[in-house]
Amino acid sequence: MSLLEIGFHIFDKVGISNYLFLSVLLFCIGLFGVLYRRNAIILLMCIELMLNAVNLMFVSFSSYLGDSNGQLFVFFIMVVAAAEAAVGLAILVSIYRNTRNTDVSFLDNLKG
Amino acid sequence: MLLSLLLETRPNVQFWPFIVVSFITILSALYVVTSKKPVYSVLALIVTFLSISVHYVMLNAQFLAIVNIIVYAGAIMVLFLFVLMLLNLKKETEPVKHISWGVIASISGLLLLFVLVAALVSIDDYIQPGLDREVGLIKNLGQMLFTKYLVPFELTGILFLSAMVGAVLLGKREKKEELS
Repeated sequence: MSLLEIGFHIFDKVGISNYLFLSVLLFCIGLFGVLYRRNAIILLMCIELMLNAVNLMFVSFSSYLGDSNGQLFVFFIMVVAAAEAAVGLAILVSIYRNTRNTDVSFLDNLKG
Repeated sequence: MLLSLLLETRPNVQFWPFIVVSFITILSALYVVTSKKPVYSVLALIVTFLSISVHYVMLNAQFLAIVNIIVYAGAIMVLFLFVLMLLNLKKETEPVKHISWGVIASISGLLLLFVLVAALVSIDDYIQPGLDREVGLIKNLGQMLFTKYLVPFELTGILFLSAMVGAVLLGKREKKEELS
């Protein structure tokens, strides 16, 4: 049984701007993590966090406006995020094999 | 802190599940960023994804809530955990950071937060709610996915295939390394 059948709708209780502020805050936490941390695994996790913040904003707009295009975009974003995580972790493992480290500040071979 | 301030100033938030789940989301997201141990970060990120799924359920997006739990909290995070265990990062590998990095990152994050909140602060006056409240059900989403978005859906399969081939190729051990 879905929540719809008992006549529940979140936007009767909570304004949409609260959801937008929540997702903006999550995005900024992810951005802070990408800038601050040096461990490549944490960087990938912060990127996932930012993707999820965008997803939350898509879903809240889609649910508020009654438009299902946004939720399908979230579906495709999840697909791309899964592919990105797989390839990113494979790159990470090969970096670790070469340098025995996952610190991104060691990857300065291109520095002149 | 900023969110609680916003919650107090806005009169239309009296719904306690939203407040509780939002606090769980934000606290676990902050723990992901600040935790010293990567395994704890992964676990906190799983908590974040689960609470975002609770948000999706509250927003009547049941299909995406289930997909979020299965794909993110299930598949992707298990992949992260496996890689973490594979890498064997027992010692403290992260070097001591210079304090200016923290200052720079905080300033950038807070500036972006300020700009986005300022852009969105009066959005309640500009958009009207739609009448259709059943968009998140799997029937409507499947209908659109296999009619309007059929070509992107097929391209997604090709993307997955190429990502899988790329991951296998990148993860393959080279011959020179096997000898040494």
